Amino acid sequence: MASSSCGGGSDRQMAAQHRLSIIAGHLQRPSGSNTAILAAECKAQASKPFVSSERRTVPRRRQEIMKWNGWGYSDSKFVYNKKGQAEFTGRRYKLSGMIIPGLKDWMENTFGATLQHKTTATPALNSSAVPPPTLNEAFMEELKSTGIPFSADAEDRVFRAHGHCLHEIFALREGKIGRVPDMVVWPNCHNDVVKIVELACKHNVCLIPYGGGTSVSSALECPPEESRSIVSLDTSQMNRILWIDEKNLTAHVEAGIIGQDLENLLNESGYCTGHEPDSMEFSSLGGWVATRASGMKKNIYGNIEDLVIHIKMVTPQGVIEKSCQGPRMSTGPDIHHFIMGSEGTLGVITEVTMKIRPVPEYQKYGSVVFPNFEQGVACLREVARQRCAPASIRLMDNEQFKFGHALKPQVSSIFTSFLDGLKKFYITKFKGFDPNRLCVATLLFEGDREKVLQHEKQVYDIAAKFGGLAAGEDNGQRGYMLTFVIAYLRDLGMDYYVIGESFETSVPWDRVLDICRNVKARIVYECKDKGVQFPPLSTCRVTQTYDAGACVYFYFAFNYRGLGDPVHVYEQVEHAAREEILANGGSLSHHHGALRLSALLSGTDAVANVWPGSW
Amino acid sequence: MLNFSVFVGQRMASKVVYSPRDPMLKKRDDFEDVLEERRRSSDLRYALRCYTPVLYKGLTPCKASELKTMVLGSDQLHYVVNQVSRESGVSVDEVQAEASVILEEMAQRLQLSTIRFFAFTLSKVFKAMFRSICVNEEGLQRLQQVIQEHPVVLLPSHRSYMDFLLMSYILYTYDLPLPVIAAGMDFMGMKVVGEMLRMSGAFFIRRSFGGDKLYWAVFSEYVKTMLRNGFAPLEFFLEGTRSRTAKSLTPKLGLLNIAMDPFLKGEVFDVSLVPVSISYERVLEETLYARELLGVPKPKESTSGLFKARRVLSEDYGSIHVYFGPPVSVRSLAEGRVNRSQFSLVPRHIPMRPSEDVHGFVNDAAYRLVRAQEDNMVLKPWVLLASLLLQNQAAGKNQGVPLGELIQQAVWLRDLCRQFGAFLHWPDHVPPSEVVSSSLSLHSGLVRVSEDRVFLALEQGPPCSLTAEEELLSQAVVVLSCASYRNQVLHVFLRPALLASAIHTASSSQKQDVYNNFLFLRNMFSNEFILCPGAAVQDFEEACYLLTKSGALHVNQHEVLATERGHRTLAFLTGVLDPFLQGYQLVCRFLCEDATEALTERRFVPAVREFIIKHLLKGRLRYPEVLSSDLQRNALAALLRLGAVQKVQGGEEPGALKVNRVMVNSLEDTLGGRLSTQKALRAHL
Repeated sequence: MASSSCGGGSDRQMAAQHRLSIIAGHLQRPSGSNTAILAAECKAQASKPFVSSERRTVPRRRQEIMKWNGWGYSDSKFVYNKKGQAEFTGRRYKLSGMIIPGLKDWMENTFGATLQHKTTATPALNSSAVPPPTLNEAFMEELKSTGIPFSADAEDRVFRAHGHCLHEIFALREGKIGRVPDMVVWPNCHNDVVKIVELACKHNVCLIPYGGGTSVSSALECPPEESRSIVSLDTSQMNRILWIDEKNLTAHVEAGIIGQDLENLLNESGYCTGHEPDSMEFSSLGGWVATRASGMKKNIYGNIEDLVIHIKMVTPQGVIEKSCQGPRMSTGPDIHHFIMGSEGTLGVITEVTMKIRPVPEYQKYGSVVFPNFEQGVACLREVARQRCAPASIRLMDNEQFKFGHALKPQVSSIFTSFLDGLKKFYITKFKGFDPNRLCVATLLFEGDREKVLQHEKQVYDIAAKFGGLAAGEDNGQRGYMLTFVIAYLRDLGMDYYVIGESFETSVPWDRVLDICRNVKARIVYECKDKGVQFPPLSTCRVTQTYDAGACVYFYFAFNYRGLGDPVHVYEQVEHAAREEILANGGSLSHHHGALRLSALLSGTDAVANVWPGSW
Repeated sequence: MLNFSVFVGQRMASKVVYSPRDPMLKKRDDFEDVLEERRRSSDLRYALRCYTPVLYKGLTPCKASELKTMVLGSDQLHYVVNQVSRESGVSVDEVQAEASVILEEMAQRLQLSTIRFFAFTLSKVFKAMFRSICVNEEGLQRLQQVIQEHPVVLLPSHRSYMDFLLMSYILYTYDLPLPVIAAGMDFMGMKVVGEMLRMSGAFFIRRSFGGDKLYWAVFSEYVKTMLRNGFAPLEFFLEGTRSRTAKSLTPKLGLLNIAMDPFLKGEVFDVSLVPVSISYERVLEETLYARELLGVPKPKESTSGLFKARRVLSEDYGSIHVYFGPPVSVRSLAEGRVNRSQFSLVPRHIPMRPSEDVHGFVNDAAYRLVRAQEDNMVLKPWVLLASLLLQNQAAGKNQGVPLGELIQQAVWLRDLCRQFGAFLHWPDHVPPSEVVSSSLSLHSGLVRVSEDRVFLALEQGPPCSLTAEEELLSQAVVVLSCASYRNQVLHVFLRPALLASAIHTASSSQKQDVYNNFLFLRNMFSNEFILCPGAAVQDFEEACYLLTKSGALHVNQHEVLATERGHRTLAFLTGVLDPFLQGYQLVCRFLCEDATEALTERRFVPAVREFIIKHLLKGRLRYPEVLSSDLQRNALAALLRLGAVQKVQGGEEPGALKVNRVMVNSLEDTLGGRLSTQKALRAHL
């Protein structure tokens, strides 16, 4: 008996070893990898892509349409016009060209930020301020022979040296430029990436993958002490949908495609992915996978981990991918789970197969006003309990409600303003809601018309039980529109000494109220403690509901007039706020990734250990 | 065997540098007399005036009765009710009903009309009994601020029944919200008074409810509900009970644990703890306490008893000083000490034993708070006189001290006290002779002056009618009463006194030797005095600093040397600790010589008392205060802690004690300086 069980043990061991060697085999590079890398045409280019449209938003030279030291398109921004009214420029958004009369007062009342106190950002990038590139000649030579486009131009490099963390943008506005990549390469397809990675390994060059450049986890920052040549691998030209499989409702897409292009192209064929993170205008598919992104409509479509069927990633050890596209497997730990959230540290994601859905027949916005935040959270919890959350449901606290109010564009007709007045009267006077306590939930329903209407009724019925009043489609729609322009507002703030950022967490239901209160209070407390002269804006919203908890988004901004090192103060306060989140049972991040934050968790400088450049 | 490794582990090398804060520079607020206004204007108008206290900003207004509904409907209680029902087989409804009864018995019914009644009557009573009630208004302003920001816990020292009436009276006077007060069940014996107290905000808890899960759940949830909602400031006594000796008692952690819980679990942003020091120039219960310590059981609280106590109204009890200390934020205490995320892994309504680190944290916080109470305790000149008179008495000067000499000694001690940073309330504009004589006359029950000599009032009543033992006990009442005043100043002298005694018994002036002795004494007395756990090095440094500063010591890298002029200081300081040293030695001797097999915890005090009485009568012991059962119990607790005595589990009688004679004997020798700590260490390793 004993010997047989012993033998069984060794059998199992052998089997396990066999499995391990197979797994290791997947990671091995093919033999003869030292052979020279040949210039070969892209497969993708050779075969005609499934979707042929050639309209793409992001050109190779991003500077043609994007700001170099702020968010988004060069032509779109908030400014104060000659009359001192806030206005949103450009023609790209619904809000473009509109006057926002309430914004100036809100800025003054909330931050003490007045028109008199303005800071001016460095107007244009001064190429001479950019340190000269450290080029690896051998790498460059071989790269040239592959025909993959690259550049060592200062502007190109600076554009890829940062994401959108506060400290990154703040430094750019001051014209401060630190370590930037020495070169930018634009692979055109998966095979290009394979070649680039092999060359990088061969010549000891660091690679930093770059997708949409919207990172808020410092993942694009170059380590200042890095002496090797750093190459930014810009995937923006890998932006094709390679095929759509209507039988299985999947699409195979190159990872560099940005959200709006993906959605537009799929729409042309009558499909969508339904994945809509707030940054979808600029962020890329590869970035979503690498940071475990979450979309606004995840209640219907799921988060990125639910949407992804297959991933192809190029690592220094070779290409890693699953061998099939089955919807579920039980063959050991899922390799997707170390790719998702790896934030570019393990490899370059090149192609992704995603689920797609037919474009919904009907969409309807909505909103509900609650007498206070507690009631609102209770309602969201009930909605989650009954598992009847609409495509999106978000609850803003009172400060954010006021903020949303301040961003209302000027109304053209007397009739609308009269109606607005009437609504306000009804809610505050007739229903007795305290304007300093009430809060708003915005809703988005999607699907068959009939089902949407039914669903809508169900949700409004639940809301009514918690004292919620339906507050119209307009309010809801404006709420969602604002998520796209809110990032532009930070640039306006920075023009007037206001800095701020958002961060998010996920937390069990029973702790939602506590975490909201405590984190907001901690921010106020820390600002005071760190010598901030004006009361900060410290606000939150519950943006996603799950069975077991919710995602909470915090916004925090303050007027830094009178502070010597505002960014440092900002970072101290943010650090404290994150500490508070952890102490209150929240996660470090819900969807932004946590590269620069992992130190908070482990107590070690995790960033240095896994830096992409250390391949 | 005796475990000295604790001492060895504390290497001198590893000590943290003590940053000397100059106690002289400690800024303390000025006082205002609240009775002054009462003597000038109508008490009735005062009792009926408009009362609109500031409130906590997060307050959800609710009535006292609504609190009960919240508690009974809470997840916390439901969980425990279900658990108890499952374990006991009693139906959930019945357990729930039981919970409801417990809550009914416990809950306060704070109402303004009762407060107004108390405001009126207490004004009358206080004016009759006290010369003044002095309060630091700045402290109250700080309190007012913090009440609006966070839930507040008031932590007064506890020396008298008066304490919580006085607290509520002051808060009412300053238009601050009235606290809800955790009171012992014993008050419930007084029917009318108990209900009155209930209506003025007291809630009643049983003295012990060891394993009663349901009781604990109701109680803790009730307290937490009041805190979370900011219903009212919570008030309780860290020391758990009135200190009969006027020394601060080792803090009890139960309620503090509960009060910190809402913060640790993230239910509130912060909780503010406000230590309050109440000092009485003359304590109402002074001889009552002394009798109790000598073994006359305390009278059960009864309403009729209270009326008999009416005569106290006609006496002069001097003044009261109440100092509201700076609020301590639990958040800042916990910063870097407690990892709060540990509470996010179990649903918060499930009761959990506090983890090791949380327990340590709460314990440290409790000691810090008691130290804060001690620090801000106002000391009257009389406590210095009591100290001096007791030392003179022990030195065998039964014929008393010449008044002039006493005044001179008192002035010397006053200056020493001030150097040590004591919060001494000595009127400097009055000549010392007047200060002394007014103190003496206030305490005429304890001290006599005749022919310009000052005596302790030991001879009372006709001497013939008493047996020697009875006479001894009646003398001890006076000595113990005096000692309770001396004890008020002990916290000022404690650390220097430990050092002085350590030097006294050390085999050399080597710093290491002295430090070892210091550690030994500190460890021995840590049940007797408030000595923060783990702060031995700081205490040593503080003692060195104070004695160097007062010129009594010269401390260098390796040596601790007494100076010529330091002799008087050191002698006084060793004299302060001597009764305790002698007492502990005698307890040890009792355990070695007289303890029988049948000794139990319950029989310990009577037996040791008998033993001590014998020694006192034979004149082998100079300190009648060793008769204090408090000292005896503390000594036993220390011996139990050190393992020199063990409780026998599962013996025939509960609480049987097993004495390790060798160890007790060597502890006695070490205490008496006949065995150096080094030798003791070697002998037992």
